[in-house]
Amino acid sequence: MAQINHHLSDQLLIGYAAATLPEAFSLVVATHISLCDECRARLGEFEAVGGALMNACAAAPVGDDALAKTMALIHQQPQEPMKPRAVAKAVFPAPLRDYAGADPSGVKWRSLGGGVRDARLPTSKDATARLLYIPAGTHLPDHGHRGLEMTLVLQGAFHDEHDRFARGDIDLANEDTHHTPIAEDGADCICLAATDAPLVFNGLLQRLAQPFLRI
Amino acid sequence: MLTENVHHITYVAPPLPGQGPTFGDFSPAGVCDTTMTDPSNTPDWADHMRRIHKMRDEAAFAALFGHFAPRVKGFLIRSGASQTLAEECVQEVMATVWHKAHLFDGSRAGVSTWIFTIARNKRIDALRKQRRPEPEEVTWGPEQEPDQGDVLALQQETELLTQAMAQLPEKQRSLIEQAYFSDLSHSEIAAQTGLPLGTIKSRIRLALERLRHAMQ
Repeated sequence: MAQINHHLSDQLLIGYAAATLPEAFSLVVATHISLCDECRARLGEFEAVGGALMNACAAAPVGDDALAKTMALIHQQPQEPMKPRAVAKAVFPAPLRDYAGADPSGVKWRSLGGGVRDARLPTSKDATARLLYIPAGTHLPDHGHRGLEMTLVLQGAFHDEHDRFARGDIDLANEDTHHTPIAEDGADCICLAATDAPLVFNGLLQRLAQPFLRI
Repeated sequence: MLTENVHHITYVAPPLPGQGPTFGDFSPAGVCDTTMTDPSNTPDWADHMRRIHKMRDEAAFAALFGHFAPRVKGFLIRSGASQTLAEECVQEVMATVWHKAHLFDGSRAGVSTWIFTIARNKRIDALRKQRRPEPEEVTWGPEQEPDQGDVLALQQETELLTQAMAQLPEKQRSLIEQAYFSDLSHSEIAAQTGLPLGTIKSRIRLALERLRHAMQ
């Protein structure tokens, strides 16, 4: 497993542990955790907190026949099959494969110009998830963000004024973030990004173009 | 009141060899289950899970059901489910516990933690009608048994966590509860409690730090 330097915040992990995040964010969290043992362990802690809270909940009596009905349900349903083993080192970890297919070559990319491509993934509408394909060496325009944006690097790497992000790293951006990311030379950069608002570009022309680019 | 004792339902005795337990094998509260002989008075739920997995032990399942079903239902109601929906979901959650028993690994999660994750998934499915992407499974050997020392250590830590939660100041605990039980964002919680956003975040952080400290 590659060295991961940028991890999930406690807030996002709690949201994921409690299942209160929009689906698009959950997808990024689940994909990151598939690559990051450290965050998987931290998620375990927050799930344990959830278990302790559930244990402390005022118990609500279940119906007299609840157990019998549950046993009937059990005998109706087939046994859960063992999950297929993970495909080691696939560009798309398992949770993402459910949304985007087996690998980048099967994705229906849409061109955004300059070789940059994206693909929206089908999630609930409270936030959007998409894949980004940025050719190695590409400079993205300076832009800000309206809501919360999470970007997870799956292949290649990019850096901006503040930091460097490679496979497994999470870049969190919000209203206060303005940056000019550059995809590094080497492998083309593929990222999974989720946002609860459209991006804001700083240049007037870019802002005018935004509705058409839908980025 | 008839329903009063329902959640204390427990099984009477361990099944005799060759005499599989049936639904008649449990009775209302007042009857000690075998786990009461445990000096700590806490049933070994991980062992119940092992028996459900290995032996399809319905008595072990009934005991587990007696303890956890009312808590799962309480959790679902606390999260906004109606009585009817909660009752229905509890049955599905507990059926999933049976069907996924082979996926439970006591060295990675306590039983209450594991059941919480199933209840939480059911909640998002039933209340929000959303899919929940799950991380890739960590791959272990095909039939690798978890180390019993690890299982025990984890159970003890879970116990400590429950105690640490109980000792949190009321304000901090209720904020953590809100973060887990409702779909409220931090700003919505702020509106409900009248606390500024920065305070909420720092209180939640403080509560988590206290929990971590208590666990050391």
